[in-house]
Amino acid sequence: MKLLTHNMLTSHVKGVTKGYPLLIKATAVKVNEVEFNPQFVSRMIPKLEWGVLVQAADWLGQREDLPAELVSDYEKNDDFLKKVHRVLLEVEVIEGCLQCPESGREFPISKGIPNMLLNEDEV
Amino acid sequence: MASSGRRPEHTAPPDVFYNEEEAKKYSQNSRMIEIQTQMSERAVELLNLPEGQPCFLLDVGCGSGLSGDYLSEEGHFWVGIDISTAMLDVALEREVEGDLLVGDMGQGMPFRPGTFDGCISISALQWLCNADKRTHSPPKRLYTFFSTLYSSLARGARAVFQLYPENSEQLELITAQAMKAGFSGGMVVDYPNSSKAKKFFLCLFAGVSGVLPKGLGSETSDRTVQNQVQYSGQRCRFKNMKGKSAKKGRDWIMEKKERRRRQGRDVRPDTKYTGRQRRPVF
Repeated sequence: MKLLTHNMLTSHVKGVTKGYPLLIKATAVKVNEVEFNPQFVSRMIPKLEWGVLVQAADWLGQREDLPAELVSDYEKNDDFLKKVHRVLLEVEVIEGCLQCPESGREFPISKGIPNMLLNEDEV
Repeated sequence: MASSGRRPEHTAPPDVFYNEEEAKKYSQNSRMIEIQTQMSERAVELLNLPEGQPCFLLDVGCGSGLSGDYLSEEGHFWVGIDISTAMLDVALEREVEGDLLVGDMGQGMPFRPGTFDGCISISALQWLCNADKRTHSPPKRLYTFFSTLYSSLARGARAVFQLYPENSEQLELITAQAMKAGFSGGMVVDYPNSSKAKKFFLCLFAGVSGVLPKGLGSETSDRTVQNQVQYSGQRCRFKNMKGKSAKKGRDWIMEKKERRRRQGRDVRPDTKYTGRQRRPVF
């Protein structure tokens, strides 16, 4: 699971109102090389919850020097976009689990695929 | 699929039907791959994404990621969701570029509002019309799916579903639930006159209502006013009175070619030689 997906994922267990952000408990993390696309990264930045992304990178120990606050006019700042690109698309959680902050329900991640299936009483 | 006997939805639930054996077909059977890719191509065309812009898309029922491959080829980024782990394992083996999730459409899409620029789904929606467990209620599951999908799409985004509806009631059930969830849009049918090439696409708009695209190979769709007889410059007062034209005549051949064209088949263009006899050979 890439951190871009994590930034968009919410818990949809019955009765949970916000269910965001999901806590990451990772046991295996991998960094894959992905082609850098500055246009896509700068298009996605306004959609991101910046604080959540920084926190998630922190949990995985992949934050490096990502600033805590979003810099202004990032479209032209290629250096910054590359850093965001690395955290968003290259860092992947392979094994571990995601935990809903409200209900405490855990969604296991295996082989890089989170299992978001709910039990019948949670729908 | 529908013509080869029983429909897969009737044999088993999707997480059971798409086992290792079935999943293998999607990476080896070249005919299946070709059809899947063709349908994804058409679905992306119907999405009407802005030109030259990489988009963030959702693929519902992504399976082995054949449709996702096409999205990556076009330069888009995608997240795929599927209920069958065997199919997702094939996707991992094929090293698809998108991110994958295990999930059930009927339980809703677990994403933040306004996440995606579009959604495609190839041959997946009809699975929602079946109740595989005692607690399943198809209308309710469809509504949960559509309403959560609606919120996870950006304003003005489209969702295109290719599906194999079993009958008109099923289509009605699906569209009614989609409209209830706030979508506008409707069905686009490609090659409506052919039983084999006919394909159904449910084309939904989130937020703004657009103009529904025309189906391929359909003649009646270019009418401007519906339920009104069209003016035509042709004089064909006596043509239809006699019924079919004489067999093997030029008219008969032209009619047949027209019919085949409507079915979306390959037909040679009409020329002055069409329907002429060959010169005798000595």
